[in-house]
Amino acid sequence: MVSIDVWNASVDFPIFDAKSRSLKKLALGKVGGKIGSEGRVPIIEALHDINISLKEGDRVGLVGHNGAGKSTLLRLLAGIYEPTRGSQRIQGKVAPVFDLGVGMDPEISGYENIMIRGLFLGMTRKQMEKRVDDIAEFTELGDYLSMPLRTYSTGMRVRLALGVVTSIDPEILLLDEGIGAVDAAFMAKARDRLKDLVRRSGLLVFANHSDETLIEFCDSAIWMDEGHVKQQGPLREVLSAYKGHDPFEYLSPETRQRLGLDNEPILSANGGE
Amino acid sequence: MPPVLSFLVQPTSTVDGPEAPPAPDSRTFGRAVGDVRDAWRHRELWGHLGWQDIKQRYRRSVIGPLWITISMGTTALALGLLYSQLFNQEIATFLPYVTAGFVIWNFILGCITEGTDVFIANEGLIKHLPAPLTVHVLRLVWRQVLFFAHNLVVYLIVLAIFFPSLTEPYQMAGENVVQPGVNWMILLAIPAFALVAFNAVWVALLFGIISSRFRDIPPVIHSFINLIFFMTPIVWHVGVLNSVSGGSGGWRSYIAEFNPLFHFLEIVRAPLLGHQQQWHHWVVVAGFTVVGWTLALVVLRNYRARISYWV
Ligand SMILES: Nc1ncnc2c1ncn2[C@@H]1O[C@H](COP(=O)(O)OP(=O)(O)OP(=O)(O)O)[C@@H](O)[C@H]1O
Ligand SMILES: [Mg+2]
Repeated sequence: MVSIDVWNASVDFPIFDAKSRSLKKLALGKVGGKIGSEGRVPIIEALHDINISLKEGDRVGLVGHNGAGKSTLLRLLAGIYEPTRGSQRIQGKVAPVFDLGVGMDPEISGYENIMIRGLFLGMTRKQMEKRVDDIAEFTELGDYLSMPLRTYSTGMRVRLALGVVTSIDPEILLLDEGIGAVDAAFMAKARDRLKDLVRRSGLLVFANHSDETLIEFCDSAIWMDEGHVKQQGPLREVLSAYKGHDPFEYLSPETRQRLGLDNEPILSANGGE
Repeated sequence: MPPVLSFLVQPTSTVDGPEAPPAPDSRTFGRAVGDVRDAWRHRELWGHLGWQDIKQRYRRSVIGPLWITISMGTTALALGLLYSQLFNQEIATFLPYVTAGFVIWNFILGCITEGTDVFIANEGLIKHLPAPLTVHVLRLVWRQVLFFAHNLVVYLIVLAIFFPSLTEPYQMAGENVVQPGVNWMILLAIPAFALVAFNAVWVALLFGIISSRFRDIPPVIHSFINLIFFMTPIVWHVGVLNSVSGGSGGWRSYIAEFNPLFHFLEIVRAPLLGHQQQWHHWVVVAGFTVVGWTLALVVLRNYRARISYWV
């Protein structure tokens, strides 16, 4: 059973400078009395009092201004940061996609990068070997795959990274923004694969600034503000509150058609107005 | 296709968890031991990465990892020739002695110096992937084991060259002990090396955690380790401690005995050279294994969850 529960969790970053990272200071500090080694270290409260409970089938969008704590929350949900106060429980295999470049080595070939990136995302060698052809076909990189990654353009790297990421079978999929930088034709293709990936995954949390993407992939949302959960609920409600208007009204007709929303009454969620 | 979107669904996320929150378990031995155990299960990952590290370092060179072997060969040859003259030792037995010592030392050195940097250097991975921390340590130790294997070739060559004189009983200058010479006991080097590698894991864990919090540690260790190299009987033999005093060595033998690295070195080196195995080295190493792992697990228990905040 896949689930994530977080109870009253806080994430505080100690900000060390050269002094507080030094042993000398700690040793001298001990002489005067009981001063915790982190007592004088400034702290950034990135998250506080977070209560979240997600279960299998949830498709959650994460919205909020820059620095609101979206990326930090994703890392908390991934188990990378354990809460400094409160507690958290993660059940299921987590596949975090925060930065498409991490775990990629410019000196080795595309094929080898596919393998390494896959292993990092929790796949086995055998599983990756089976998927290599599929990834190669999707990325359309052809012979470039045997060249070192440093010979790739930015967009080519993103293709490779997207190819690997969308080929895995995650139980918990955590996506941070920053999936872009590829041409439109490829994006349409990637979108299909991404959709497929989301369907395969047991639980999705997706931080994104684009209404369209959120509407396409998520059905509920969490609004982060200054490190706490400001609102949590159905996607349309949260997005309307966050943006100050109903995001569904502003979708272009093509998008509505693509998302299959044509039959949705525009004012269904706030019909009283 | 299931509808990706629907307006009338109830919020799937509720504010309160269904049960009472469990007590935070970040700081339990269960999690510390679990980290090490899970890391061991990720063998495929760190095994692959360790290989990749070696291949990667020599990717653009023509003879590739053979460089590791060649550079070790030249160093051991030069040091062996020089010091056998300085200390008036037989080349046939002293050159293999220096080579074996230097190969093992290189492993220890790599694990300690890279161990202090292990979490700092892997900051990106630690902040992006929820893998057990020990994975990075095992990758490091595995890489060093592979380096060791490359270097061991040098020793095997030296062994082949001096095989006739090494398989006979011989004496190192300044020592009264007659060494039995290389025989089947050489196999004892395998479990001995495994034990050293097992210790390398706790060393890298412990030093890595402390260093990620206190950044003065790595430079300190990097500068002290050279001193330790000269203090450890690698290019010199404990026999000289006796010969300078013209007798049993007296207090001077403690220069070696009080150096923990000497014991780690000796359990692997003695069987390789066909030296008489002194069992107290094993006892000391076993003691360090128990104490070291206990210490590392205590530190891991207390600070495991802090590493991703510190790096
Ligand atoms: N490693 C860190 N050390 C110190 N402070 C941090 C660290 N990571 C995040 N923060 C702080 O936590 C807060 C939230 O950062 P976070 O990256 O989660 O924001 P975000 O919502 O993802 O923003 P964006 O939309 O720009 O990606 C910020 O104030 C940031 O300064
Ligand atoms: Mg962010």
